[in-house]
Amino acid sequence: MDIRLDEISHSYGDTEVLRDISLDIPDGKIVCLVGPSGCGKSTLLRLIGGLERASKGRVIQLGAPPEGCLNPLTYVFQDFALLPWRSVRGNISLVLEDHGIKAARADAIISDVLARTKLSDFSKALPRQLSGGMKQRVAIARALAVKPAVMLLDEPLSALDSQTRELLMDDLVALWARQPFTATYVTHNLQEAVRLGHRIVVLSRRPGQIREIVEIDRPLVERQHRNPELEKIQRYLWDLMREEARAADEELLDV
Amino acid sequence: MSNATDKTQPIEVRFRGGGFAPKSRRWVGLAVFVFLIVVMETGTRSGWISALTLPKPSDVFATFGELWESGLLFKHLAPSLSRLAVGAAIGASIGIVVGVLIGLFSYARAGLVPLVAAIFPIPKIALLPLFVIWFGIDETSKYALIAFGTFTPTVVATYGAVDNVDRSLIRMGQSFGLSWFSIVRKIVLPGAMPGILSGLRISLAIAIILLVAAEMLGAEYGIGAYILEAGSLYDLERLFAGVVILSLLGVILSTVIGFIERHLLGWRE
Repeated sequence: MDIRLDEISHSYGDTEVLRDISLDIPDGKIVCLVGPSGCGKSTLLRLIGGLERASKGRVIQLGAPPEGCLNPLTYVFQDFALLPWRSVRGNISLVLEDHGIKAARADAIISDVLARTKLSDFSKALPRQLSGGMKQRVAIARALAVKPAVMLLDEPLSALDSQTRELLMDDLVALWARQPFTATYVTHNLQEAVRLGHRIVVLSRRPGQIREIVEIDRPLVERQHRNPELEKIQRYLWDLMREEARAADEELLDV
Repeated sequence: MSNATDKTQPIEVRFRGGGFAPKSRRWVGLAVFVFLIVVMETGTRSGWISALTLPKPSDVFATFGELWESGLLFKHLAPSLSRLAVGAAIGASIGIVVGVLIGLFSYARAGLVPLVAAIFPIPKIALLPLFVIWFGIDETSKYALIAFGTFTPTVVATYGAVDNVDRSLIRMGQSFGLSWFSIVRKIVLPGAMPGILSGLRISLAIAIILLVAAEMLGAEYGIGAYILEAGSLYDLERLFAGVVILSLLGVILSTVIGFIERHLLGWRE
């Protein structure tokens, strides 16, 4: 299933946050959205998944979601959003219960996603017992459980330390290599973008517009740490953003 | 600093952390009670507390024993407990429902918050005659008074607790396509539970206060009736025996809620 953004504009009151964004998210690819802070990249992600309504323009699904898909557009949040009173297993079964999937069927799905995210030994643990990286893996497992057509990842690694981030990037690459998924990945970290993105969309500062779209052809599994080609792209992206990032940083927030 | 001797003399860094983290000290609470009772007992025995000021704790205890042996204790306790249970259950459950509605719906909030704010400061005891007219002099008016008194603090605590539920969890529920009802039942209510339970602590204490007020009118038996009768006769031993029962009731209810909290909110830490 593809997603097409058709001339999306969005404002909060008098503040225009996004202007004329048209973009295709092709099936089986990871599209990274990068841009200076406050450029509306998280807002764009909320528009794509229907958590907010765009002031202008439309988000269109092209084609039917794959069979067995319970929740076509599924988020992974920066703050994990796990229910602290439910165990790892309970947090995953939460999103299955509403679809009437219980008992043995739910068990099968939960065991499968826990195995894929290497969490099988922790199914009874409560979120407070888990490290940040483990919590995010639970959130990823929960997202996988509903067999999404498109994963919407909102700065999923930004709350983690750099070592955990590195490990989780490897996990995401391994997950994608095993079974390619479609994703939109919002991040301010360019290293993550060049590591995980097939297509990197650079947004300008507020109001966010598409400045440039960079395609990276090298397959995900071949993008090792400190690859010179990737570093070059990363530098290029940073050069595109540097001045705007500085300006965005010095801007007063009127909220 | 500029002093030469200061430079040569090493000074150990003074510890300045610590504190601000109360720990469980199980027997201290009991020790405070025992200490106060011992002071009262020795004071009344030696005479520096006059018999008119305070009764002897041992006399109060003896009165309590008499109450127990004559079977009067349960004759008074049973109606009181049933009034408390029925009244508080009605008040707290309606309070939780209304509090959740205020927490979830803009119109309920706009319409009911001012009303609750207007009702809250009314001394419910002042409305007792009104309740007698509305509900008659029997049990119903007592239930109503206790229910009314527990209702307002429960509402305020509940909608505050619902407001404090992490919005990102609700957004998560929506993003996974959970139904409205599922979000309320599986995310909002468990998330609000800590606040609701701590509100219940206050509501139940108020229910005990109002129990005595409710039994001022037309109650033959009941802890409140017993205390009021003793009070009007200046029978301090019986008065204190009654008060001790109410205190014990408060302690028991608070312990029960503590138990429920540990059971239900084990996920917190």
